[in-house]
Amino acid sequence: MTRQAVAAGVSALALLAGAPAIAEIKIGATLAVTGPAAFLGDPEAKTLEMLVEELNANGGIDGEEVELVLYDDGGDPNKARTFATRLIEEDEVVAVIGGSTTGATMAMAPLFADYEIPFISLAGAVVIIDPVQEYVFKTPHTDRMACEKIFADITARGLTKVGMISGTGGFGASMREQCLDVAGAAGVEIVADETYGPNDSDMTPQLTNIAGTDGVEAVVNPGFGQGPAVVTRNYAQLGLEMPFYQSHGVASDEFIKLAGDAAEGVRLPATPLLIPDQLAEDDVQRQPVQDYIAAYEAAYGEKPSTFGGYAYDAFHLLTHAIREAGAEDPAAIRDAIEAIEGHAGVTGVYSFTPEDHMGLDLSAFRILEIKDGGWTPVEQ
Amino acid sequence: MSELLQFLISGVTVGAIYAAIALGFTLIYNASGVVNFAQGEFVVIGGMTAAALIAAGVPVILAAPIAVVAGTLVGILLYRLAIRPAGQAPLVTLIIITIGASIFLRGAMQAVFDKQIHRYDGFSGDAPLRVGGATILPQSLWIVGGSIAVFAFLAWFLNRTRAGRGIKATASNRMAAALVGINTGRAMNLSFALSAGIGALAGVLATPVTFTSYDVGVLMALKGFSATMLGGVGSPLGALAGGLLIGLIEALTAGYISSDYKDAAAFIVILLVLFLRPQGLFGARIVERV
Amino acid sequence: MAGQGTTTDVAPAGTGRREYSKSEGAGRRRIGPGLRTFLIFVALVALGALIFPSSYFYRVGTLVWINTLAVTGIVVLLGYVGLVSLGHAGFFAIGAYVTAIGPNYGIPSPLAMAGGVALAGLLALIVGRPILKLSGYYLAIATLGLGMLIWMVLSKEAWLTGGPDGMVVSGMNARNLFKMVGLSLKSAEAWYWVAGLVAAIGAAIAVNLAGSPSGRALRAIHDSDVAARSLGVDVAKAKSRAFVISAIYAAVAGALLALANGYITPDTGGFMHSVEMVTMAVLGGAASVYGALVGALILTALPQVLTVFADYEHMVLGGIMVLTMILMRRGLVPFIADLWNRRKS
Repeated sequence: MTRQAVAAGVSALALLAGAPAIAEIKIGATLAVTGPAAFLGDPEAKTLEMLVEELNANGGIDGEEVELVLYDDGGDPNKARTFATRLIEEDEVVAVIGGSTTGATMAMAPLFADYEIPFISLAGAVVIIDPVQEYVFKTPHTDRMACEKIFADITARGLTKVGMISGTGGFGASMREQCLDVAGAAGVEIVADETYGPNDSDMTPQLTNIAGTDGVEAVVNPGFGQGPAVVTRNYAQLGLEMPFYQSHGVASDEFIKLAGDAAEGVRLPATPLLIPDQLAEDDVQRQPVQDYIAAYEAAYGEKPSTFGGYAYDAFHLLTHAIREAGAEDPAAIRDAIEAIEGHAGVTGVYSFTPEDHMGLDLSAFRILEIKDGGWTPVEQ
Repeated sequence: MSELLQFLISGVTVGAIYAAIALGFTLIYNASGVVNFAQGEFVVIGGMTAAALIAAGVPVILAAPIAVVAGTLVGILLYRLAIRPAGQAPLVTLIIITIGASIFLRGAMQAVFDKQIHRYDGFSGDAPLRVGGATILPQSLWIVGGSIAVFAFLAWFLNRTRAGRGIKATASNRMAAALVGINTGRAMNLSFALSAGIGALAGVLATPVTFTSYDVGVLMALKGFSATMLGGVGSPLGALAGGLLIGLIEALTAGYISSDYKDAAAFIVILLVLFLRPQGLFGARIVERV
Repeated sequence: MAGQGTTTDVAPAGTGRREYSKSEGAGRRRIGPGLRTFLIFVALVALGALIFPSSYFYRVGTLVWINTLAVTGIVVLLGYVGLVSLGHAGFFAIGAYVTAIGPNYGIPSPLAMAGGVALAGLLALIVGRPILKLSGYYLAIATLGLGMLIWMVLSKEAWLTGGPDGMVVSGMNARNLFKMVGLSLKSAEAWYWVAGLVAAIGAAIAVNLAGSPSGRALRAIHDSDVAARSLGVDVAKAKSRAFVISAIYAAVAGALLALANGYITPDTGGFMHSVEMVTMAVLGGAASVYGALVGALILTALPQVLTVFADYEHMVLGGIMVLTMILMRRGLVPFIADLWNRRKS
């Protein structure tokens, strides 16, 4: 028995590694398909699976089939790192999409530099791309941009004093910090700063405190999952009438369903994905947005979410780069991603540079207001 | 003043949910000496089943009892398939078994239902009632009323009915209970069924306020377990008091001190109580099972 | 069914260990049990290195050894003394976070690591006394509460810990350790060896402890507090010592994970991680370090195997936990040792 033979035996028996590979392009993904961040990872995984099928049905990339190797890390950074190692070493993928959460993304990130494999994260925090890491890209807006966008809308209404109520999960905590950080520069003052646990079921004490703070003119709620819906219901329950802002973390129809009538008048920064029919005819994002929605609804019988949109954009950016650079050399794929300019996705229009690995500016965000159970763009 | 009232209302609403879960813990503990870490999953089964039925157009008045029955059935299955075969296992074995069962149930719910967050409308609408400057949701009254009703039922059932006394006797000494003609197997069955039903009921009542999804069971179990131990394991009064107390501590800490550390405050109180009174607030001195 | 014999006996977990060592008592006279355990572990580490084809296997192997080390601490606490802790991930996380935070304040990694381990031990010493007066489920909730408090501090104090998203661990790479002695290893291989050797040392210490007078005192407490007291054992002190030792094991493992991963999140201190550690111990057999190894191996490798049917991963995992506990109450290692002994006789 040679070392290889034993090794092969170990691979096959102990780990049931993937199906025998024919010549095809392998793309890896590790997402939080289950666990507390499942509502990010689930639509992301569905989107990727749908896109791979669609791509292969249309002849793949230059005639070569694309295989998606997808693992569920449950949002656990430790697992994510193991799966990333597995994708690179065992599955020999040319690129990796994923990391639904910032923790998972950051735990994996150093590996991609070591192995020189391009990686597109679907997580929000600004630390992923600032400082820039050579092989790490991301498609969602940063939480910092969300804060800037919200604050800009608040000051445009002539208001300056803001109360914050943030979730203590990764998303809420990170965005809270960014908001506190940019508040001064954006010309607003944070006069109240409350938090709640991601699974809390009643936030009236925190909201009562905010309402009781002198001079609060608007309230911002960074967070995702069920928390913001509970906060929104509590907000209405207490009869608060100050302008109320949610984050892009809840930009989905699901949120309106959960928060019900209480969601009326809530504003949030979101992607055009929520307003497919209200986009101008000449809007470059109109086509991708409508394509994505049609395909997703046909495949799964439900509307796609903002988070699925991040995966949609990541996949298209990546396949575009593979078409440009070929599937042989991951480093060349990385270079091709970095060279992408003016790519209209569902989230925004991407233009990468060596200094900017997210490629979006504030214009990609649109402030929407919930009216009559639907989304309406706020004129600016 | 209206602030304090609002904090109290919040605390009692949330505390009543914890109390309902803790009452489920108490019943099973009373019969079998098992603290069932899968208790949170019954809450989720109740909430998810009701949500799925209501979404499918079944009226609440039918959906709610069906959800409770579904929870009850799963409770019986849990006992038959996981707890009874384990026999007189040591405590740590039982902890692992019930945690294993809760992981299994979570996986099953993910397969049967979905991974979305669910909610349905409150039984008496969602328009808040105004009380002296504070507001309360009608559903909160349902939750508080439900917990009190469950408590009253348990107090009556365990002390006044033959079946209930059988459960208590089984708990204190299974062999002696069997010798005096109590069907201990049936008592155990009954306690798991009732306990699961109570958990599912808590889920059905709470979902309009707390929302539900397949994986919130762990958290529910943790809060319920904390409430149970704070009140003193095995005492229905302790479970009720423990649940309400934790809800109030959380709300008042969030209101007056720091929302950042409201969960921490609950655990600090639990630790302090246990250091001073190792059997919890209302618990009798327990005989340890090893 | 082989489980029948054990359904009525509530044998203290200690017996499993004794039977196990009996079964391979041949070399016992010449080398001590601690050294023997060390050599067996090192042989297993080397065996892994011999057959692993890629860094991925080394990565999983590293996690297995780190978990083995942490679970060895649980073996001391649960297997030797019979105390259940649902909060040991807290100590694990303290070890990890101090190791991660130290370099940010100019403290070199090895020193920070030692500091983290010392802090975990100190905390265990301080809170151990009041907590260990409790028993049964009250002890479980108290340790759980302690773990939750640690977890909360780690996730809230973002200025220090990076908050719920975690923090980068800068500092040393195990590769450099091997470079000093002239060996050039890949980073994944280097961490594998470091984790494996530390786990081997930890196992040897735990085995030696079991054979020592204080180990026998612990075993006496496992059987009965009262009986142990009547034998002149200072029960409170012995329990406290076991608690501190097990916290130190967890903290060393945490520090290793932080360094090997280069990134750490508060989840390492969460409730589910505590449960996982206890489950590993009980699954493998809480009475022996070999149980720790087998439990850690199964629960670490299983999710990697189960990726094929990821949708049912939870069901399979939960099902395995329940079935093992019903059929092999004392865990896999004692169960297999029993089978082996029965076949021989």
